[in-house]
Amino acid sequence: MSLLEGVPRRGLALLAALLVLLLVFPMFASGYLLAVGFLILYFAYVGQAWNVMMGFAGQLSLGHSLYVGLGAYAAAALYVHFGLSPWIGLGAAIALCALAGAAIGFLAFRFGVAGVYFAILTIAFAEFARIGFDHFAWVRGSSGLFLPVANYTENDLWNLRGSPTMFYYLMLAMTAGAFVLCHALLRSRMGYYWQAIRESPEAAEALGVNVFRCKMVAVVISAAMTSLAGVVFAFYYNNLFPEQIFHVSRSIELILGPIIGGIGTLFGPIVGAFLLTGLAEGLRELMLQLGIDVPGVKQVFYGLCLLLVVVFLPDGVWPPIARRLGLRRGP
Amino acid sequence: MPVEIYLNVAASGLLTGLVYGLMALGLSVIFGVVRVVNFAHGEMMTLAMYLTLVLFGALKLDPLVLLVPIAAALFVFGYLLQIGLINPFINRPEHSQFMLLVAVALILVNVQLIVFGPDAQGIRTTYSFDSYQLGPLIVDASKVYAAGAALVVAAALFAFFRFTLLGKAIRACADNYHGALVVGLNVKRLYALTFGIGAACVGAAGAMLMAVTDVTPTIGPAYTLLAFVIVITGGLGSMPGALLGGLLIGLTEALGGVLFTPSAKSMFAFGLLVLVLLFRPQGILGRKAA
Repeated sequence: MSLLEGVPRRGLALLAALLVLLLVFPMFASGYLLAVGFLILYFAYVGQAWNVMMGFAGQLSLGHSLYVGLGAYAAAALYVHFGLSPWIGLGAAIALCALAGAAIGFLAFRFGVAGVYFAILTIAFAEFARIGFDHFAWVRGSSGLFLPVANYTENDLWNLRGSPTMFYYLMLAMTAGAFVLCHALLRSRMGYYWQAIRESPEAAEALGVNVFRCKMVAVVISAAMTSLAGVVFAFYYNNLFPEQIFHVSRSIELILGPIIGGIGTLFGPIVGAFLLTGLAEGLRELMLQLGIDVPGVKQVFYGLCLLLVVVFLPDGVWPPIARRLGLRRGP
Repeated sequence: MPVEIYLNVAASGLLTGLVYGLMALGLSVIFGVVRVVNFAHGEMMTLAMYLTLVLFGALKLDPLVLLVPIAAALFVFGYLLQIGLINPFINRPEHSQFMLLVAVALILVNVQLIVFGPDAQGIRTTYSFDSYQLGPLIVDASKVYAAGAALVVAAALFAFFRFTLLGKAIRACADNYHGALVVGLNVKRLYALTFGIGAACVGAAGAMLMAVTDVTPTIGPAYTLLAFVIVITGGLGSMPGALLGGLLIGLTEALGGVLFTPSAKSMFAFGLLVLVLLFRPQGILGRKAA
C-alpha cells in the first residue's frame, strides 16, 4: 500500500468517516438535498480536475467549460444519433478533450504564452467553441440538444438512464477516484516536476526538467478528467445549450471551489465545493422564504466569497483547517 | 454592386473599431504601468454605458457631452479601486491579482443585472438615423461622431504621456519600479492615477458606444475579452498598437459578420488572436519580450 504511505492516521480516519457519511447520505436525503449533493460532488470533481493544471502545474485555465462542453456534446451526440452507450461516448469525449487541451497547450507553451495570456487564450477557445456550437447543425445549434428521457424506474448504468440516486453514487465514485488519482499524481515523478515548474519555471528548466512536455501532460490529464464530468452532466440534465455549457461564467463557477478551498491542495477543491455550493443553496432557500426572486444575487454572493478569500485567506480555507486538525505541519 | 456593400461594412467596422481601440487603450495603459490585468474591463465598460443611459434619460444631454462627466466618474471609480483593493496586491503572485479582478468583475456584472435587468436597452439621439454619403460610401452619423471623439480622447492621452510632468512620472514607474521609488515618486499614488486614467478611457468609450449600440449586463465579459484580443493583437504595452488592434478587430468582425453570419462574427476575432499568437506573439506593434 505505497499509496497510503506518509498519510497521517488521523487523516485516514477522517477520510473514511466522510466517505461513510457520503455513502449513507441518499438514504436520508430528500430529492432536493440529493440534487444539492450531486451538485457538490460535481463541483468537487471538476475542481480537482482543474486543480491538476493550476494547483499542481501552475497553469491558470479560465476556459475549462470548453472540456465540460466538448465532453458533454461528444457523448450526447453519439447517443442521440447512433444510440451508442455513454461509456463508448466517453472514449470519444476523452480523446476529443485531450486533443483540444493538447492543441491549446501546444499553441501557448511553444510560443511562451504564459500566465495571464495563457488564461485569456483558454477563454478565447471556450468562447470560440460556444459560438461554433451555436452554428453546428448536427448537434442542433443554439436550439439545444435534448436526450430522450424514457423511464426512470429502472437504473440502466450502461446507458446512464436512471434515478438521481444512481447519478449521485456515480459522481461520488468519480470524486473519490479523482482524489486517489490526484494523490498519486502529486507523489509521482511528474507531480514533483509540476510543482517545480509551478514554483519557478526557469529553475525547473535549468535543472533539466522538460517544461514543455510536463505542462502538456498536465493540460491533457486535466482536460480528459474534465470531459468525464461533461458526459455525466449531459446525461443527468438531459439538455445541452452552447450558450450555457460553454459560457465563461461556467468556467469561473468551477474554479471557485478550489480557490476558496485552497489551490494546489488535495482536499481544497472538495472543501471548497461543499462550502460554496452549500452556502449558495442555503442563500437560495433563504431568498425563497423571503420571497425575493432576483437573478444575479447568487453570483454576487460568489463574487464576494471569492473577494474575501483572495484578500484574507490567499491560501484558501483548507490549509488552516488542516493545521488545526493536525494533518499538516508547518506554515 | 456587392463591392459597395463590403466597402460600407468595412467603413462602419473601422469606425466602431476606433471606439473599441479606445477601450483597449485603457487596458493597455493599466497593464503597461501597474502590471495588473484588469479582468473587470468590460464590466466597467457596461457600467459606463448604463451611466450614459441613466443620465441621457434624466438630462437629455448628448452622449458625446455626457462622456466628460462619465469619464470623470469612472476615473474616480478606478482610482478608488486601485487604492482600496489592488495596491495591497502589487507584490502578490499574478494569478492572485487576476482572481481579485475576476471577483470584482463577477460582482460588477451581477449588480448591474440586479439593478438594470437582463433586457437590452438603448438610446435614440436626434442623429441616430442620419448618415453621410461619401462617394459610394454611406456611413452612420453616430458612428462618425463616436470615432471622431475616440480619436480626440486618444490624442489627448498621447499628449498627456508625452508632454506633461505627471505623464512622464507615470512612464517612469512603468519603466523601472525601483528606480521610480529611488527618485522619490509616490508610486502607489501614480498607480492609482494610472488605473483612474485607464478607467476614464473606458468611461469615454462606453459613452460613445452607447450612441451606436444597445447594452445588456451580460455583454460585459464579452467586452473584456474583446479588449484583451485587441491589446494582444496590437502589441501589449504599445498605445498605437491598441488603436491599430481596435481597427483590425472592428474590420474583421464587420467583414466576418457580412461574409458569414452576424452571430458568428466574434469567432473571427478569436481566429485572428490565434494567428497572432502563432506567428507574432508579441503583437503587431509590440516589442519582443525580454
